[in-house]
Amino acid sequence: MSGLLLIELGIIVLVLGLLGRLAGRIGLSPIPLYLLVGLAFGTGGLVPLAASENFIGTGAEIGVVLLLLLLGLEYSASELTTNLRQQAPAGLVNMVANATPGAVVGILLHWPAPAVVAMAGITYTTSSGITAKVLADLGRLGNRETPVVLSLLVLEDLSMAAYLPVLTAMLAGLSLAAGAMSVALALAAISVALVIALRFGRALSRFVFSENQEVLLLIVFGLALLVAGVAQSLQVSEAVGAFLVGIALSGRVAESARAVLSPLRDLFAAVFFVFFGLRTDPADIPPMLLPAIALAVVTALTKVGVGIWAARRAKIGLAGQVRAGTAIVSRGEFNIIIAGLATGSGIVAPGLGALAAAYVLILAVAGPLIARAGDPLGRWVAGRAARRGELRARRERAAATSEIRELRT
Amino acid sequence: MYDDDVDITETKLPGIGIRHDFLTDGGRRVGVVSHRNGQRDLVVFSKDDPDSCSQVLQMSGAEADALAQFLGSGRIIEKLATLSEQISSLATGKVRIAHGSRYDGLSLGATKARTRTGASIVALMRDKEVVPSPGPQTQLRGGDTLVVVGTAEAIDGFKQLVNE
Repeated sequence: MSGLLLIELGIIVLVLGLLGRLAGRIGLSPIPLYLLVGLAFGTGGLVPLAASENFIGTGAEIGVVLLLLLLGLEYSASELTTNLRQQAPAGLVNMVANATPGAVVGILLHWPAPAVVAMAGITYTTSSGITAKVLADLGRLGNRETPVVLSLLVLEDLSMAAYLPVLTAMLAGLSLAAGAMSVALALAAISVALVIALRFGRALSRFVFSENQEVLLLIVFGLALLVAGVAQSLQVSEAVGAFLVGIALSGRVAESARAVLSPLRDLFAAVFFVFFGLRTDPADIPPMLLPAIALAVVTALTKVGVGIWAARRAKIGLAGQVRAGTAIVSRGEFNIIIAGLATGSGIVAPGLGALAAAYVLILAVAGPLIARAGDPLGRWVAGRAARRGELRARRERAAATSEIRELRT
Repeated sequence: MYDDDVDITETKLPGIGIRHDFLTDGGRRVGVVSHRNGQRDLVVFSKDDPDSCSQVLQMSGAEADALAQFLGSGRIIEKLATLSEQISSLATGKVRIAHGSRYDGLSLGATKARTRTGASIVALMRDKEVVPSPGPQTQLRGGDTLVVVGTAEAIDGFKQLVNE
């Protein structure tokens, strides 16, 4: 032990902190910057790491667990089930429209089926973290289209609970029977967690709750790690395990746990993004840049389309439809989690990591900017439609009067 | 709390909290976004685009309480003040039940306040909480404060009665 481990970790975390400050100042999500740090260090990067890669690998795994746990804590079981009932059509359209482009690219690149499914998931999910933050920053939380946007995000997150076990089973190369078994297991676990949360949520929360923040932190964190680990050993995906723990906890526990676990999540999630960057060789990115840009443009448009459609279904005006569509373009944490699962499993899909990294880099930066542009764009579209309607009305009136004149003569 | 003729819409915001809004007689939509962490946003919807908010005022829980007080209970005090102005002989007073008072532990009805003194009890304050129009079966405890309406003599009489 020469202190190298601490020095390397210290440098990385310090750089992350400085970049995070920079990102905050220019109103950017820090995720792309974390990815860039990972790319700069590590495999094929400017500064290869010697001592800390193992630690960062473990930290990244904890990061995934915490990201999913906190995501589960955001929602209560009743929110999930009511959203599922009311917004299922919108959720389905969202899935088809946005997973297809990713799958097509995967097939064109001659990747094996698990990698194609992974790529479909990468283009499918919007970053709920970035979107929620952008909505709050732009003062749109009160807007009438916001519930539509949020319920799309909820459904995506919920569908992950079914998607991740399928993906994990495929990546593990399980036979159809074994795969179906583990997926069935996951679905059973999800149902059990939802039932527990709906029926016994209060009792469970009382059991877990503690006024002492330290105790609460240890109990919830320990529970999430344990369940995630058990899920992983059953090849169900640790992410789903952690997500379910988050959903099962509600009320005061969820509130307090969110407060104590958020800083921990921020640290380990940053480590996770760095780790993904570390494992990706920057030299692989340039050949993947063009497909990434094409994919980003196409899936930005499909997301905007889905948002507009869902908002129109909810009887939101034109400007609001445009705002809803542009709000959900960002991709971020979930997409990297899926890509991380795929690249970590050892399947042969050359360029998947690089493509995912480039794709998320583009849309994590462009997404918030597009969302910001949604306000003036929506006003412009609505204004144009109003003018056109007026013009048409005037023309009709003119036609009517000339008709009357003709009749008179 | 509010009259039924104010038509309040409640919308859940998954992951954030809940939004309540209503249309004023003046044709403007106002609402409050209640975050789960206690933050409250006062939102005023835009005239041109009824789906969006033209004003968003972020408030901490304490600030929202302060605003609510001006909008809500402040109006009740205001109404009380005008009421006592209208009836010049009418006064309001606060009467504390001492620990060990003979009514400590008895019901409000046991005081027979209205028949004996002519004073009416309109509210009971206990541990910073206010119970409006307490019934005769309400238990009194030492340390309670009663808000009493009546003539000055009636209030004095009631004070003597409970603290004999």
